[in-house]
Amino acid sequence: MKYRSAFDIIGPVMVGPSSSHTAGAVRIGRVARSLFEKQPKKVDIHLYGSFATTYKGHGTDLALVAGLLDFDTFDEKIPDSLKIAKEVNMEVVFHEEGAIPEHPNTVKLVLAADEQTLEVIGVSIGGGAIEIKEINSFKLKLSGDPAFLVMHQDKFGVVSCVTSILSKYKINIGHMEVARKEKGDMAIMVIQVDQKIEDTVLNEIKELSNVRGVIRMVA
Amino acid sequence: MFRNVTELVSLAEQSQVKIAEIMIRQEIEVSGQSREEIIAKMEQNLAVMEKALERGLNGVKSQTGLTGGDAVLLQNYIKSGKGLSGDLLLDAVSKAVATNEVNAAMGVICATPTAGSAGVVPGTLFAVKEKLSPTRMEMIEFLFTAAAFGFVVANNATVSGAAGGCQAEVGSAAGMAAASIVEMAGGTPRQAAEAMAITLKNMLGLVCDPVAGLVEVPCVKRNAMGASNALTAADMALAGITSRILCDEVIAAMYEIGKTMPSALRETAQGGLAATPTGRRLEAEIFGEPKEKLKDYLVASIS
Repeated sequence: MKYRSAFDIIGPVMVGPSSSHTAGAVRIGRVARSLFEKQPKKVDIHLYGSFATTYKGHGTDLALVAGLLDFDTFDEKIPDSLKIAKEVNMEVVFHEEGAIPEHPNTVKLVLAADEQTLEVIGVSIGGGAIEIKEINSFKLKLSGDPAFLVMHQDKFGVVSCVTSILSKYKINIGHMEVARKEKGDMAIMVIQVDQKIEDTVLNEIKELSNVRGVIRMVA
Repeated sequence: MFRNVTELVSLAEQSQVKIAEIMIRQEIEVSGQSREEIIAKMEQNLAVMEKALERGLNGVKSQTGLTGGDAVLLQNYIKSGKGLSGDLLLDAVSKAVATNEVNAAMGVICATPTAGSAGVVPGTLFAVKEKLSPTRMEMIEFLFTAAAFGFVVANNATVSGAAGGCQAEVGSAAGMAAASIVEMAGGTPRQAAEAMAITLKNMLGLVCDPVAGLVEVPCVKRNAMGASNALTAADMALAGITSRILCDEVIAAMYEIGKTMPSALRETAQGGLAATPTGRRLEAEIFGEPKEKLKDYLVASIS
C-alpha cells in the first residue's frame, strides 16, 4: 500500500498551484535556511531543468524565497516573498542554468552572510516531497527511510553522544555518514534510521553541547 | 485495512455504518491518534477549503492572467435566474472553479487528491450543503468518505496526472465527490460505490495537457465538469441506477488506460491542448519572452 492515511488523499494544505513546483520549492528553501541558522544577506539561486524554464509561471521563485524567509508551504505571504525579502534586506539573484540535471526540478542555493556561506542542492521529486542532494559539496545519499542531519563542532565524542540517544530510544541506524570542512571546524552527520523519529528525540540531540542544529530530512 | 471498493462497501454493510466511519476507524488504527484528533485534523482541512472557496467567489486572478474571475461570472448568472441546468449544479460548478482559480493564483488550498483537482470535492460539498443543511460533523464525514474512495484509487491505480492523465486527477476527484454526495443525501454504501463507478466511467481517457505546463488551462474548467459529472452520477445512483461494470473494475480500467497513454498527454505540455496554436502562443507569451524582458523582471524583483 503506497498510501496509508486519509490525509494523503484529503491534504496537504498548501499554496497553489503545484505541489512539486510550489510546495516542494518552499521546503527546499526552508531546509537551506534552517541549515544556515539565520537570515542570509544574499542568496544566489541557480535553477535547472524544468525549474529553469517554468519557474516564473509556477511561482517557484516566490516559493524558494519564501522558504528562505522560513515560511511554511501554506503561508499566505508566499506570493509576496520577493517584496518581503527586499524589505528585510535579503538580496536574491536568480540564475537560469542551461546544464541538464539528473532530475528536472533541481535548484542550487548559495546563501551568504558576512564570512559565512552555504551551498545546498535540492530536488523536488513530486507531490511536495523533496530530496537534499548536496550540502557544501558534501553529497547526501538518502533513500525514503526517515533521516535527519546534525550540524556540529568537529570534536571527539559528539558522534557517540548522538548514537547513544538513538540507542536509548531503541532506534536502529540503517545508514550514516559524517563529513567536515576542516579539522575542528563545522561538521555534518547524516543519519538514516529504520523507524519514525519523534520530535522529542531530535530535541534531545539538539540539546547536546557541540551540536549546532538538527534538521529532519525525511519524515 | 480495506484494499478495494468491494471490501469497503461490505465492511460498511456488515457494521451498518457509513463509509466515512470505516475510514475514520482505519485512520485511528493506522495513525495511532485518537478519534478526536483525527476529526479535528479533517475539520482544519474543511476550514481551509471553505476559506479558499470564499476567496475565489470574491474574484481572483492568476499571475499569468490565464485564469480567474469565472466563478464570479457564474454566481452572477445564477442570480440572474436565467440558469438552465439547475442552480445547485451551477453553484457546485462555480465553487469548484472558485477553488481552482485560487490555486492558480497561488492561494492556500487543500489538495483533494491533488492541487490541480482541488476544486471538485469542496465545490460539490458546499453546493449540496445549501440543500441538505448538514451538520459540521456530516461535512467532515463527506471528506472522510471521499478519502476512502480516493485511498482505493491511489493504492490500486494512481491519482497523478503525470502517471495517468487527467482521468486520474479530476476523474478520481469527481468519483470521490459523487460517492460522498450520495452518502450525505442518505444513500447506501453500495449506491455510493455505484455513483463513483458511473462518474469515473465517464472520465475515462481524459488526458493531462496543460497549456505551458501550468495548472490553469484547461485544469480550472476540467474541475467544473468534474463537479457537474459527480452531481449527475450521484443523482443517477440515488435514483437506483447501477453500473454494469463494477467500481473496482472501472478503477482498474482507468489505470490500464493511463498506462497506455502516450507521455505527450501526461502532464508534459507536449500534446493535446498544450500543442494547439493558441496553446503554443500562450506558452510563448508567458515563458518565451525575450531575455531582455526577463532580465528586467529579475532586476525588478531583486532591486
